[in-house]
Amino acid sequence: MISKRLLLGDEAIALGAIHAGISGVYAYPGTPSTEITEFIQNNAPEVRSRWCTNEKTAMEAALGMSYAGKRAIVCMKHVGMNVAADAFVNAGITGVNGGLVVLAADDPSMHSSQNEQDSRFYGKFAMIPILEPSSQQEAYDMMPYAFSLSEELKLPVLMRVVTRLAHSRAGVQVTTPITQNALNPDNERTHWVLLPGNARRQYASLVAKQPQLLTSAEESPYTKLHKAEGAKIGVVACGIAYNYVMENEPLKRGISVLKVSQYPLPEKQIKALAAECDTLIVAEDGQPVAEEQIRSMLGAEYNLQGRLSGALPRMGELTPDNVGAALGVEQTQNFTAAENVVPRPPALCQGCGHRDVYDALNKVAREYADARIFGDIGCYTLGALPPFRAIDSCVDMGASITMAKGAADAGVHPAIAVIGDSTFTHSGMTGLLDAINDKANITVIISDNLTTAMTGGQDSAGTNKFEAICLGLGVEPEHLHVVTPLPKNMEEITRIIREEIEYNGVSVIIPRRECIQTLNRKLRQKRAQQ
Amino acid sequence: MKKDIILSGVGGQGILTIATIIGDAAAVAGLSLKQAEVHGMSQRGGDVQSNLRLSTEDIYSDLIKQGAADMIISMEPMEALRYLPYLNSEGVVVTSSHPFKNIPNYPDEQALYAELNSLSNVAILPIEDLAKENNIPKCANIVLLGMAAPSIEILTPEQLRESIKRVFASKGEKVVEMNCQAFDIGLNAVKQ
Repeated sequence: MISKRLLLGDEAIALGAIHAGISGVYAYPGTPSTEITEFIQNNAPEVRSRWCTNEKTAMEAALGMSYAGKRAIVCMKHVGMNVAADAFVNAGITGVNGGLVVLAADDPSMHSSQNEQDSRFYGKFAMIPILEPSSQQEAYDMMPYAFSLSEELKLPVLMRVVTRLAHSRAGVQVTTPITQNALNPDNERTHWVLLPGNARRQYASLVAKQPQLLTSAEESPYTKLHKAEGAKIGVVACGIAYNYVMENEPLKRGISVLKVSQYPLPEKQIKALAAECDTLIVAEDGQPVAEEQIRSMLGAEYNLQGRLSGALPRMGELTPDNVGAALGVEQTQNFTAAENVVPRPPALCQGCGHRDVYDALNKVAREYADARIFGDIGCYTLGALPPFRAIDSCVDMGASITMAKGAADAGVHPAIAVIGDSTFTHSGMTGLLDAINDKANITVIISDNLTTAMTGGQDSAGTNKFEAICLGLGVEPEHLHVVTPLPKNMEEITRIIREEIEYNGVSVIIPRRECIQTLNRKLRQKRAQQ
Repeated sequence: MKKDIILSGVGGQGILTIATIIGDAAAVAGLSLKQAEVHGMSQRGGDVQSNLRLSTEDIYSDLIKQGAADMIISMEPMEALRYLPYLNSEGVVVTSSHPFKNIPNYPDEQALYAELNSLSNVAILPIEDLAKENNIPKCANIVLLGMAAPSIEILTPEQLRESIKRVFASKGEKVVEMNCQAFDIGLNAVKQ
């Protein structure tokens, strides 16, 4: 039965995975990947889908399900790959049993991220196949293909998308779902116990598989060549870049297009195209991953153009405009930028508890000339912007606590860390343990709004457990405080912050008040049910 | 036939609902469509936009090229101007007149309106006031859709009205009725 549905790229991936018979989705929220897990949670109760504490636990749990013979998908944003990397790379060494797909959603132009790293590097690093769909339909179709490929090669498969596909809606033809695999745990201990002897053998096996991966990409149904008669310019168009290239009507302009949607790069087709043409342009969203490799394939003399040559911008996302420019298409612009327009940056919602936290913190920090406030990733990162201008750093998940500790070790005082509840369980707990073990002089503020807010209000792993966690890690009870961040409590909160700054040791203050977005949502749902 | 539409506004104004309705109507009508949006940060009072592409042919790019947009439909006047470089020479701009001033350096209103009025095909209407006067304050975004409907062309106002009924069906009959009313108010306001 075939029918068409209007789906976001993320939703197409989710539905494709469900129809490919997954038994579990393991993920941590992260724009632009969050909607995948949400869709599965809302549409497939037969699939295990509870949010994980971080991308590493997610990757490992999925590997466990694969070990047991069933299909699993892991979803994350690009920086989440950094957290999952340990398990991800070694999953290439152990190999898989049930099909395992890792979905990385990259964010070129950093719409909601700290960098625009390209997850394709990770696929190459782990020596596993990569799939890169260029449309919502392809994202759906590639799911059963990815799982079959994974089980055939006995390797995880990385699928990489970008924001503009993940968060774009289009019509998708859906097909008949298949059933989940049966329980069938792997008995080959030599594959799964990575003692050096085994690991060397497994690595040799991985290396030996590489030609098979290359052939699979060259023969892939998703690798397509559109030849323009007598063309002297060829474009290698990776993933979503293919859309931007085709939008500019290359064939009419006498430009051939090689669509690349599976890696390792299809060397045979690339070299053939290069031989026919004088110039090859590499169009890829993200970093010049393909361009560097193709440069190496074709040699320094070949006229290769792309992000490194300046034909395309080195940074930021591709658009049909900048790709058009690279293809020599005349750019239209009827109106220049309007005069009466200013930026409208996001801000903390009116009534948000983080606002009260920053009001209190700013008040006290002003009394100390050398105060440094190390921030973290979440809605509260917006405290960096006016009117609060409250934080001095924000680097990666959990870095607030650990950087505060390192700075305190160096002599910074007061060294204050601000971290959210979800970020704390994601990767703050281990840093806090370091601080306690080393008796660091830091004040940690865990701003608990009982949710993972910035990504849309998902469940937070440690809700109702923070006091116990902190005490269990060794925070002294008299230096652990819970407060309610409201204007009326400002005096109490500033007093506590001051006292704890003066205390030479680890202090934890937990301002707790539910996120008003999730609170309002719950109230609306309640009213609707009545 | 194709129609490239940019929808814009501030987070929370209901832009994406407008996109959903148009998208639904297009899907039912068997048109090709792509609708790109940016989530996440935009929820927090930042600017929101959606690129909505409708066509009788296949569509490749999810994003609209500069100088190619047939329409800008905006819930906020400054947000309408933000996407001017994307408008084609005959492009239509349909916008609310009500400025959303959640930033300290919002431009001078008179200058803003002057710049909007300098465009050849612009409609600026007080949709929030219209909605409030008719006791449907939360449906200002659908009033805007009604205003924009005659210019959409690749879909008829009737097709959009049917879509409103489908999209709001789960929220109950009263909500469907309010939104249909909002749509008609916008439609009639622009006929005058």
